[in-house]
Amino acid sequence: MLGKLTWDALPFNEPIDMAVSGLMIAAVLAILLWLTAKGHWPYLWREWLTSVDHKRIGVMYCVLALVMLLRGFADALMMRSQQALAAGGAQGYLPPEHYDQIFSAHGTIMIFFMAMPFMIGLMNFAVPLQLGVRDVAFPTLNSVSLWLTASGVLLTNISLVVGEFARTGWLAYPPLSELRFSPGVGVDYYLWSLQISGVGTLLSGINLVTTILKMRAPGMSYMRMPVFCWTSLAANLLIVAAFPILTATFAMLLLDRYLGFHFFTIDGGGNPMMYINLIWAWGHPEVYILILPAFGVFSEVIATFSGKPLFGYRSMVAATMAICVLSFVVWLHHFFTMGAGADVNGFFGVMTMIIAVPTGVKVYNWLFTMYGGRVRFTAPIYWSLGFMVTFVLGGMTGVLLAVPPADFVLHNSLFLIAHFHNVIIGGVLFGAMAGYTYWFPKAFGFTLHEGWGKASFWCWFIGFYLAFMPLYWLGLMGMTRRMQHYDDASWQPFLVVAAGGALVILCGILCTIVQLVVSIRDQAGSRDRTGDPWNGRTLEWSTASPPPSWNFAMLPQVEGEDAYWHMKRRAREERTEHAEALEYGAIEMPVNSSTGFITAFFAVVTGFALIWHIWWMVWLGLFGAFATTLVLAWRDHDEMEIPADEVARMDRAHRAELAR
Amino acid sequence: MSGAVAAAHGDHGVPRSASEDGPAPKRIIVAYGFWIFLLSDIVMFSAIFATYAVLAQATNGGPTGRQLFDYTNVAIETGCLLASSFTCGMMSLAINEESRLWTYVGAAVTFGLGAVFLMLELREFADMIAEGATPQRSAFLSAFFTLVGCHGLHVAIGLLWLVVMMVQVWAKGFRASVQRRLLCFSLFWHALDIIWVALFSIVYLMGGR
Amino acid sequence: MARPVAVGTVVAIAVASALGGCSGVLDPQGPIASAEKTILFNSLGIMLAIVVPTILATLGVAWWFRAANTRAKYLPDWEYSGRIEMVVWAIPAMTVLLLGGIGWVGSHDLDPPKPISTTLTPVEVEVVSLDWKWLFIYPDLGIASVNRLVVPAGTPIRFELSSDGVMNSFFVPQLGSQIYTMAGMTTHLQLQADKPGTYPGFSAQFSGDGFSDMHFNVDAMTPDKFTAWVNATRGAGATLDPASFAALAKPSQAVPVSTYGSVAQDMFQAIVHPNVPPVAPGQASHAAMHMEK
Repeated sequence: MLGKLTWDALPFNEPIDMAVSGLMIAAVLAILLWLTAKGHWPYLWREWLTSVDHKRIGVMYCVLALVMLLRGFADALMMRSQQALAAGGAQGYLPPEHYDQIFSAHGTIMIFFMAMPFMIGLMNFAVPLQLGVRDVAFPTLNSVSLWLTASGVLLTNISLVVGEFARTGWLAYPPLSELRFSPGVGVDYYLWSLQISGVGTLLSGINLVTTILKMRAPGMSYMRMPVFCWTSLAANLLIVAAFPILTATFAMLLLDRYLGFHFFTIDGGGNPMMYINLIWAWGHPEVYILILPAFGVFSEVIATFSGKPLFGYRSMVAATMAICVLSFVVWLHHFFTMGAGADVNGFFGVMTMIIAVPTGVKVYNWLFTMYGGRVRFTAPIYWSLGFMVTFVLGGMTGVLLAVPPADFVLHNSLFLIAHFHNVIIGGVLFGAMAGYTYWFPKAFGFTLHEGWGKASFWCWFIGFYLAFMPLYWLGLMGMTRRMQHYDDASWQPFLVVAAGGALVILCGILCTIVQLVVSIRDQAGSRDRTGDPWNGRTLEWSTASPPPSWNFAMLPQVEGEDAYWHMKRRAREERTEHAEALEYGAIEMPVNSSTGFITAFFAVVTGFALIWHIWWMVWLGLFGAFATTLVLAWRDHDEMEIPADEVARMDRAHRAELAR
Repeated sequence: MSGAVAAAHGDHGVPRSASEDGPAPKRIIVAYGFWIFLLSDIVMFSAIFATYAVLAQATNGGPTGRQLFDYTNVAIETGCLLASSFTCGMMSLAINEESRLWTYVGAAVTFGLGAVFLMLELREFADMIAEGATPQRSAFLSAFFTLVGCHGLHVAIGLLWLVVMMVQVWAKGFRASVQRRLLCFSLFWHALDIIWVALFSIVYLMGGR
Repeated sequence: MARPVAVGTVVAIAVASALGGCSGVLDPQGPIASAEKTILFNSLGIMLAIVVPTILATLGVAWWFRAANTRAKYLPDWEYSGRIEMVVWAIPAMTVLLLGGIGWVGSHDLDPPKPISTTLTPVEVEVVSLDWKWLFIYPDLGIASVNRLVVPAGTPIRFELSSDGVMNSFFVPQLGSQIYTMAGMTTHLQLQADKPGTYPGFSAQFSGDGFSDMHFNVDAMTPDKFTAWVNATRGAGATLDPASFAALAKPSQAVPVSTYGSVAQDMFQAIVHPNVPPVAPGQASHAAMHMEK
């Protein structure tokens, strides 16, 4: 009846697991109870859970990412403390079967459920606003994407309580991840979580590509799009081209595990190395899917706070698209040590280095954007400068690892760990935080507290260097990754320093939480009445904060790059006051839909049933998802009309604030 | 998404390039988005094709493609699928004319041909499994069943979709949303044809030599 | 740990050992490792020459053009300069040109299977990674060793590597290049220890629960001592044959060092291809035809 699921799946005799699970369940229950007691459910359901508004969906993606940052960071703290303790003969406090789950979960969660949703959230929020349109191409699909991602998140977190997570590392290399070596449900949790959220990501990519290519305000030609839209386009093209490879690869591993196929097994003619090739054919574009939107955020932030257009816009676009294409021809640098031969290694090494060229160009262009500017040292600029300094170092160690003979001695070492945290924290996370601070007032109508934001930055910045510079050194001393304990006691001091760095980063996370609480408390004093708190350059700043659900009362007419900057300048020059002369029309907006939420519910049911081999429940889940789709297809009204009066009222209010 | 879009000319009366026209009509957007989805589907097939190419010789001492493939069967399958693409095209013409009768006829023939294709494929699978050539036998057979089966699964989903669409035509008529979905269906069906041509060439023609 | 004094001590030790005791990749003990360390530091030096000025310029520009600095000029519309663009593309391009050359030449010079030029005959060692220990077979000497690799100093070692199950990576940082061990396949590697000594080796690819204890020492000895060790090992202890290998292959953790006094014929091939199906003559010629194509 319940497949492989028995009471043994619950961690009754593992105290650490039990405590963590108990704490998590208690927290979730507490939140649910609080929502029920306060009667927030109808509001939440109406305004958020069933919303198809790209801004709301973007915000929910970011919330998901921030929550998962906490979960992933808890794993990081456990890893750092375990390695700080387990030197010489000591075993630390985490046995291998637990420690192995933690580093696997840390990588999976941070990449798929922290960095990805954060970037997709920012793109979802900002891209339609920057393009001057009212929503993405497929608003209901957008909601489905969000909730499928959330389904993956939920399944991964269920594994903490029911059963186990993968003990294979975040990419689950076979043969280790095959049934013969990993008979438990851990790898199945990993695979189904990522399959489900991967579908969400793919749909989101299709949605944003279509939005950017087919829906831009009148006059916004490609070469007038803000750079963030360009980097989003590149990132989403990569999603469309790379995620299907991941889906196919995981599907094959699933067939191996569930039906005894021989794709990646070591018997029957299977070829595990093919998995490694396929997974990195997705995996390398994936890192650019993460970093390209971050590059876009920095471009917007640096230009805005320098009070200048981005230097070398065309170069930036060319560099972005060059990175987009090149990211597909470098995957082999993740396994130079497979013995592919000198020519192959040399080729992929050189290609990898070539990617550094457009990346380097970007750094210099940001530098020249500040040149001749009036740089306002706000929190987003802190994150951006911290990024430029840190990312250049991370890029350097990356190129170092692209030199095959250097990689032969650094592959899989802590040097590699330090490198990719250097670019992911210094690039993606700093970018996400910059974007979060930059667009927060647009989303909620008040700015975030500057002081706590800067405190968070300094903690992250210093914490990063404390946590990862020792790891570079340990990599050179020959320490490899994923060690539950080690014999060489001379490594311990470095790992203690690294653990200290993790604690400093913890302070940074706490500062962000405090910042949010303080900003909400003091919002009356930091309200953004004009919709343009930073003296922005792009169209999202031309509408109110928070924008009405339809974004723009009239689609803006774009006449150049930095569209809003030029509108403001022209308005100043012409001193036009033609608000009364405008004629407002009714606007058709898509209606809310519970399709996304309900589909995701059935996706969780199906995923859970597949993981535990509960076949009747699989069919139930699939049928439920199909029925949900049918209901959506049968609805008669998918749009509602916003009356012209309502549009006029909101727009006049915003214009009145602007005129003050 | 039907906001007031201003005239497609700039302030100075200079005609704009197409990329400055503002948001495209919904029909274009839907078809475009679905095209991108199909591209991603083709990328997924490419990954499976690549895997098949790597594993094609990994028969593990088991039967090879040449020993297994029945070319008459495959030829009939191919004929059915290509013909169904043609009838799907005819159905699209009927939809443009908003002719219910001919739409139903086109859909029925398309469905019939697709179902025959699927049945022949399943019979081929059953015969192979009966001979002991199961996907568990060797990496080559794993890849074969996955690649061909994945296409077959797409065809099966296409058939289900077609049935749903006909019920929609019956219940809702040719309203805009139904027409858009029918357009997507025909794109989907033709894409399956293209994938089959690749599959037929690589798996059956090249693998049977 | 939380007391400031303790933290201070820890930092002091860290700094001291950072400056003083180099080990691992930084303390190469053979020609391959030395060459790799040189490439590593040359590449690092070339890039630092670009990276450090870039970082300084970034901070300098940002600070000089701060909004409060009235002496800095404001160019609100300056967004393009062909000359600067040229330089901006040229700097990383030239750097990469140089590094690409190093990478290309280096990956050929230091290709793992490439023989080390010497007059001495290399010692053959067949390496098998098991859950979770290392098996070293000396096919020419007819002995085998678990979790300890004994080699003569100054002589190239020719490794042929495979795995019994999960993938691992064979790595002795002080001797140089690591390489994967993969079931059903063999990889090739040549290394050499210049001087007698003990060099730690381990798996550098996570392979499961016993991974952390999957290490071994490389004992490089003078040729005389090596010969003495071979003679002492040969004939003593068990025989490595399919039966004893099956016993060894069972998963086990933190396995102590042991040796086999003799090794069955073609043991390594039997491990790499455990159950090669009997090939019928007809199929064999078919396969051969495919090979010719």
